[in-house]
Amino acid sequence: MSELIKTFTREVPDWKPRVKPVSLDEATEAQLDALKVTPSNTKVSDYVLTLAHDVESLKVRSPLFNAIMYDKGGLKRSERELGAIAASVLNSCIYCNAVHMSRHAQLEKDTSVTDSILADGENAKLADRDSAIFQFSLKLSSCPPDVGNEDLIVLEEAGLKQDEVLDLILSTALFGWANRLMHILGDPVEPKK
Amino acid sequence: MDIIETTTLKAAGIDDYLSDNSCLQKRENIFNLTQKAQEAVLCPKDYGAYNHELRHALAARICLLNNDQITADHYSFNAGTYRALIDPGNTGHDFDLGHVLNFIDKVATRPRDVTEKDIKTLQKAGVKDPDIVRLAELNSFMAYQIRLIAGLRLFKGFES
Repeated sequence: MSELIKTFTREVPDWKPRVKPVSLDEATEAQLDALKVTPSNTKVSDYVLTLAHDVESLKVRSPLFNAIMYDKGGLKRSERELGAIAASVLNSCIYCNAVHMSRHAQLEKDTSVTDSILADGENAKLADRDSAIFQFSLKLSSCPPDVGNEDLIVLEEAGLKQDEVLDLILSTALFGWANRLMHILGDPVEPKK
Repeated sequence: MDIIETTTLKAAGIDDYLSDNSCLQKRENIFNLTQKAQEAVLCPKDYGAYNHELRHALAARICLLNNDQITADHYSFNAGTYRALIDPGNTGHDFDLGHVLNFIDKVATRPRDVTEKDIKTLQKAGVKDPDIVRLAELNSFMAYQIRLIAGLRLFKGFES
């Protein structure tokens, strides 16, 4: 049996669903279409096969996710990842956190920011701009969201422009969504060797 | 669709004309996809065990758990016979939905505390796996939209 991972890490785990994923053999035409399964492409993750139970949501979510995280302009990629990391820390989503810490480190070619978050979690000491982004995203991710004009001023003073703030709000909010799928519907487990 | 017609921008109070250069307009595709996602989770063709009225009641309840009365009012309009469930104090037992509301409330407010036991509780209560995924998607989308709206409400501060 795969061992559950219980602490934050930058090593991307495997994901073990808590519900039975859709079986490709039994998938409906709509599910196969949403999964983009073709005779030459039958590799689909357990996560996506799990979400295929709600095919209408799955079909819309993927392009929305890609637009928020990858569309050009606005906030740079690694800072969108930092918003995702803050949400994942607050919601304790070990899997999402690992994926996006890993991406942040790759994009920045540096692990110091994610090292600090791994060591101190919500209390990580970061440089001014990263700290403003991280703290804003923690507050936006809480329930209820706890952001006000004073938080906007902190972001502006740290140098974020309006379009960058919008992208930060989007990436942080998106992980309120992603965390509640990954962390709720499955567990992070040691990757297969 | 003009993005100021989307639920998200309306609930955020952004109802003025947006110039082509506004950063919101530049992310037009995202606001339109958000509206489509809303339709997919609130009004899906394949709604499983949870019909559209119940989904609207649950959405409004999640808004209230997040102190967002304005967005709750938007969703409560279509809650129909499930209107009583909007109140977070309602346990859902009159509708035989206590297990569903316990799950919805915990995922909305304390996602970090959700464990495999919570999923097993639903399964033991007879909730099928596809319906567990449907509940998670509804709750997850609302978490996104509520936080997006909360962030967008700050944009008025940028302009003042």
